[in-house]
Order: sequence, then C-alpha cells, then structure tokens
Amino acid sequence: MPTNALDVSDLTVAYKEKPVLWDIDLTVPPAVLLAVIGPNGAGKTTLIKSILGLIPTVAGSVRIYGRPYKEQRKQVAYVPQRGTVDWDFPTSVLDVVTMGLYGTLGWLKRPGKKEKKLAMEALEMVAMQDYAHRQISQLSGGQQQRVFLARALVQQAEIYFMDEPFQGVDAMTEKAILRLLKDLRSAGKTVIVVHHDLQTVPEYFDWVTLLNTRLVANGPMEEVFTEANLEKAYGGRFMQLKATARALP
Amino acid sequence: MFSPQVEIMLIASVVAVACAIVGVFLVLRSMAMMSDAISHSVLLGIVLAFFLTRDLASPALIIGAAVMGLITVFLVEMLHQTRLVYEDAAIGIVFPLLFSIAVILISRHAANIHLDTDAVLLGELAFAPFDRFIYQGVDLGPKALYIMGAILMVNIFFITIFFKELKIVTFDPQLAAVLGISPVVVHYALMSLVSITAVGAFDAVGSILVVALMIAPPATAYLLTDRLHIMIGLSALLGVASALGGYAMAHYLDASIAGSMATVAGLIFAIAFLFAPGRGLLSVAKRRVEQRWNFALVTLAIHLWHREKLSPVVGNAYAIQELRQHLRWSSTYFTSVMERALKQGLIAKRDQYVQLTEEGRNLAREGQGF
Repeated sequence: MPTNALDVSDLTVAYKEKPVLWDIDLTVPPAVLLAVIGPNGAGKTTLIKSILGLIPTVAGSVRIYGRPYKEQRKQVAYVPQRGTVDWDFPTSVLDVVTMGLYGTLGWLKRPGKKEKKLAMEALEMVAMQDYAHRQISQLSGGQQQRVFLARALVQQAEIYFMDEPFQGVDAMTEKAILRLLKDLRSAGKTVIVVHHDLQTVPEYFDWVTLLNTRLVANGPMEEVFTEANLEKAYGGRFMQLKATARALP
Repeated sequence: MFSPQVEIMLIASVVAVACAIVGVFLVLRSMAMMSDAISHSVLLGIVLAFFLTRDLASPALIIGAAVMGLITVFLVEMLHQTRLVYEDAAIGIVFPLLFSIAVILISRHAANIHLDTDAVLLGELAFAPFDRFIYQGVDLGPKALYIMGAILMVNIFFITIFFKELKIVTFDPQLAAVLGISPVVVHYALMSLVSITAVGAFDAVGSILVVALMIAPPATAYLLTDRLHIMIGLSALLGVASALGGYAMAHYLDASIAGSMATVAGLIFAIAFLFAPGRGLLSVAKRRVEQRWNFALVTLAIHLWHREKLSPVVGNAYAIQELRQHLRWSSTYFTSVMERALKQGLIAKRDQYVQLTEEGRNLAREGQGF
C-alpha cells in the first residue's frame, strides 16, 4: 500500500482555550489536487498552519509521507496568503523566489549562481522572468501571487500547501495558476489549497475537504461535494446561497 | 594618539555605523520604538550589575544591560500578546517603569558615584577622550573607541553571517519557520545586538542619540533604495554623515554634540523625504501632475478617435472651436492640453482644424484598453 501524502489524526487546535479545530482526522493520498473549503471561521487557514507547525496544537499528530513534519521539511512548500508580508520590503522579485531555497541551503550558506538559476527557472514557469529584477512593490496583485507560487515551486517539494492562491487575482492569472497546479498534480505532487469560491471547486479540484471547525467530509470530489455535505458544512448559509443561485437568471 | 577632536569624531562615527546597521532591521520590522525602550531600560541592567560587582568598569555591566534589553523585549511582547494592550502602549508601559526603577536605585544608593542620569539621557561625547585605555603605561586611545569598535565588529560579523536569515525572518517569518529557520531565535539574537549596541553607544552619546542614530539613517536609506544590502550600506554612510555633520554643527554653534548630531540626522531625513527620487514628496507630486496631463491627453485622443469613427469627415479634421465646446474645458486648460498634444505629435493642426495622428490613435486605443 502506498504511503499517504498526509495523515492528520485527532488534531485539536485552540486559541486561548477556545477551540478552533476539533479532533480532525484526515488522510490524503498522493497526487491529488485538494480544496479545503468551509464557511468563514471554519479553521481552514488554521488547519494548514497547524499542519506546518506554525500554530501549536492542543492534541493530535500530523504525518507527511509517513513521517513527522520536522523530518519532512524539504518535501513541503507553503504559499501563505499574499497579505501576510510587507510588499514594500526592499528586495527584488528574484530575491523573494530565492528565499524558497533558504531551507535547503541551511544556516550560514549563501545563495549562489545555482540558486539564482533555479529561481529564474521557477519564475519562467509562472511567466514572470521579465520581472526578476523589479522591486516587489511594483507588482500587481496577480503578479505578487505568481511570485509567491514561484517561491514554492523552486523548492521542488512533494506536497504544496497554498492559502487562497486565487484571492484577488485577475482571470488570466487564475487560469495560469490553475494550469500550474494541474501540472504539479500530473507530476505526482500533492497540492492542498484553501479555496473560497464554491462554484469553481468541481472544475478545479479532484479531492475535497469540507471543514467547519470539525471535519465534515473528506474524499474524492464526486463522493464528497454533495448538497447534503455542503449543507452540513455551511448550514443555513448554504441554503441561502442556493436560493440566490436559483433566483439568478 | 590623535587630537581629542578627531577622537570624538571617530567615536561618533563608529557609534553611528554600529547603530545604523542594526537599526535597518528595526525599521523594516516596524519596531523602531523598541530602540527607545531598550536604550532606556538597559540602565536598570547596568545599575543592577553595578550593585553586584561594585565596579563601573566591569564587563558584567554590559552583560547586565544586554540581559535587561532582552527582558524589555520579552515583557513588551508578553503584554502585547495578551491582546489587552497595543504594542506601542506596551512599550510605553514597560520601559519607563524599568528606567524609573533604575533612576530611583541610583538616587537612593549610588548618588555619589558616576551614574549620572543626565549623562544617561544625553551622553557626553566631549568627555569620551578623557577616559583612556592604558596598557602597560602606554596610552592606546580612548576606551569608548575600543568598546564601540568591538561592538561594531560584532554587529558587522552577525549581519554578514546571518544576512540571509535576517532577511527572510524580517520579510516573511512564517515561511522562515516552515523552512526551519526559527524566527524567535533570529529575533532575540537581533534584540541582543540592539541591546549591546545601545549600552555601548549610550555611554558615549546618550540614549536619545542612540534612538536617533538607530532609526533616522535607516529610515532615510529606505527612501533612497529598494535593495536590502544597499540600504544597510547607505544607512552606515548616512549615520557617519550625521555624526560628522553634527560635530561640525556643534563646534560652530558651541552647542551639545549629541543634540547637534540628532538634529543633523533629522535634517538629512527631511531632505530625503522631500527630494528622494521616486519616493520623495516632490517626485510623488510631480508624478501626480504628469498623470493628470496624461489623462487629459488620453481623453482628448479618445474623443477625436470616436468622432473619426462615428462621424467621419473628409481628412478627419475637426474644428478646434467645436472640440472645445464638446469637451467643456476652460479655454486656458484646453489650450495647454492642445499644446501638449501637438508637441507630443498626437495631433496635427492646420489653420483652425486638428486631426489625430497615428500616434494619437494608438494612445486612444491603449487608453481604452485595446
């Protein structure tokens, strides 16, 4: 039996004794493109952050390709939400992408020609090579997102965690990002995406995790992305969404 | 060794560079006021270490100060993390408390020794050359120069070796943590440097000038460059310029050296704030004016282009008088827009008629997003 890309068991996370995630059990096979969906405050970002060890957990364990996260750092790439960094920081696009390699370089060693070349290749994959030497504050939202993506690609990881990569990008960038994610999956990588737009879920993804502080459902798209499950996760809000959708021409 | 004047300038320059290069990271991490907190609360560390050792020359004083600097940072963060107070309020609560405990301790128990609160705030650079480093009867120069020189070396060494780590932790601490570069370790290492630098520097220049030298040069450099390593180098240069310029000013005005240096640091910032290419107030204003004119030109081009397509006339020439009525612009504004359009070759004019050139048509197409 092949190892799962991700095993989460009994994961509970709390902010100051107020639980945000309750006893999550989650297994994800390799080479899927997974959407983490759920209403606001469902704990989607928290789930990713706690898997990556950015938030302390109250209970439970996380395994990535069968081993604890700390041993698997090099297999993991993370694309945080764009708004979490200061885009006025004095640095270039190429430099930001090179940061993706700081982990493999380890302490003390400096990025050299080889790292620059890898970063350049990653920029080409997101069609941003012409912007390599731009100051990052000169980028549009979509371009910033591509740079973040390139920074993850350069790590050549096995599993990718992305927090709302489609947030606030133009239609062209959205398509380009989607193509990239599908390419990653075809190459056997596992891609886990926090996603907001329910409409595009069936088109973009092949695996779904439905979350609302508890795990509502987790599995292949056609099994999990059902009205019954969505109602369980979104409750009344989903009924409203549906009513609105029906009212529209 | 040198004349006292040269020694003072040398000490001031070394202090300025040591402060500026760690200050860069404080500015970029929006922690500028932490330098204020640390540079004051280190006094308590010095006093406590003095009570333990009873020796003002003991290196334990620097260690005590550095530890107190870290305690300050820790207390501020703890207070802030309760989410009951904002970070700036937490700073405002922690350091005056620690500082005043130090002041009370000094006035109660150490009034007769050289731990003068005025000197703490303003320093006395003019007296720095009197305190000599004498080894086996040989005068090797002022002690402050050696202490600050050593601190500067430590700072340069740390920032060079951990440049990559400092950069990623400052820019994206979450990514750093995911990649296994602990933001907490880097953060406290940096805060230790700030503390040690503050102790060394405030002995020479006082705690107010420490803040000025840590924040003003990096804030100025931030306006002048968009590369981190250049920002660090530039901050060092601007720090030296503030130190030397301030010394000259103090000499000329016969005023406080520390005060003059802080003033010059502020003046240099003001100059960059107004005139920095790209980010200064002036070039922002200039850009805005240019944008306004450009917008007017695009409006004109699109209007003419539409008329060409909707009501074509022979030669696509339109009466200037009529154009002005359509656009409803004041005649002076209309005249200057027309002049600009002519000069840029967007329109051609013959008698009282104008027509769009190919260039003008391109601008109209671009303006409409074609």
